[in-house]
Amino acid sequence: MSNMKYFTRGLIKENPTFVLVLGTCPTLAVTTAAMNGIGMGLATTFVLVFSNLFISMLKNVIPDKVRIAAFIVVIATFVTIVDLTMKAFTPDLYKTLGIFIPLIVVNCIILGRAEAFAQKNRISHSILDGIGMGLGFTLALTLMGSIREILGNGSIFEFRLISQEAKTVLMFILPPGAFLTYGYLIAIMNRIKEKYNI
Amino acid sequence: MAKIESSFKNMLLSLFLISAGMSAALGFVYSITKGPIEVANKQKEVRAITEVLPTFDNDPTANVKSIDGLDYYVATEQGKICGFAVKTFTDKGFSGHFTLMVGFKPDGIINNISVLDQKETPGLGSKMKESRFKNQFQGKNPADFELRVKKDGGKVDAITAATISSRAFCDAVQKAYDGYMQNLKPNTIQMPSDSIVSDTTNLPKGGQ
Repeated sequence: MSNMKYFTRGLIKENPTFVLVLGTCPTLAVTTAAMNGIGMGLATTFVLVFSNLFISMLKNVIPDKVRIAAFIVVIATFVTIVDLTMKAFTPDLYKTLGIFIPLIVVNCIILGRAEAFAQKNRISHSILDGIGMGLGFTLALTLMGSIREILGNGSIFEFRLISQEAKTVLMFILPPGAFLTYGYLIAIMNRIKEKYNI
Repeated sequence: MAKIESSFKNMLLSLFLISAGMSAALGFVYSITKGPIEVANKQKEVRAITEVLPTFDNDPTANVKSIDGLDYYVATEQGKICGFAVKTFTDKGFSGHFTLMVGFKPDGIINNISVLDQKETPGLGSKMKESRFKNQFQGKNPADFELRVKKDGGKVDAITAATISSRAFCDAVQKAYDGYMQNLKPNTIQMPSDSIVSDTTNLPKGGQ
């Protein structure tokens, strides 16, 4: 039970997107469609779990003064592995997501969790933390992607809800729509947290 | 085990070992994915050629001509040329470079277009992949179908809120057409058999 909290808190209580407000750049840039949100979220989860695992394993052999450099080397390695593997074995998915993969390196969630959690905690907890935070990020991106896709493109997961000719609120696909959606979602999230005292 | 202290020797050793280990892992992954990536890229090319040309029965990727950064593929059916595919590019996209595969019938009419690689804005410029935009090029001959968006006095319907991507798309198609007229005119390319020579009367005569 006590271990479960490392997993569940990433989902709502310390949701990386809405509560910790980390990884804002990919959140705003990628969520133009629901599918992009899921893909980016899952790729990030993979990198997060493995970087947490390795950093937790290596925590005692990394001197404090060079820890950031060491973390970045580990993270960049896993991002490149994801990139190459997807290119080789799932070329269709890569076609959709390929441009977002290198962005994971600069995602503060991963460095943030390495710095704030994995380097101080044991391996099993770090893995749970990675999965929880990764899924929280995936949920948040998918939610934002769905809202923006419905309002801006009239479709969800590329399934058309209204005719292709109909007018949609194009702004929601554009950057201002990203900020607007993000702001409202953070506000709603704060309200829910306040009301249920999470 | 206690955390090691930040002495110069420890920092050097630790960073060196981590980098070396990670490089070895990367090298390993690279070596096992290299083959499949090449296969996937070739498949992508063949699929794009199949999509943009009428039926053919040769392997167009076996005999590729690369001139000025454009790749030319010749498709034949029973020894007769049935179309040309041109892999073209533009650097004028909203996010810079993207590549297209344009299929021409022997008389210079565009058969179909396929988007190979693009980084245009998702939901806006990326709509150039959708049939709604690119189908307007089908069956058009760039000799009388001006490859410019309507805003610039041409005949192409631009994608809403993605005029730059639409312009770049036209630029790439125009490049493919120009290259095709210059380089694939009869006699400039080695034809695989005699039966084609009698067919060259239908090939484009050039002039833009």
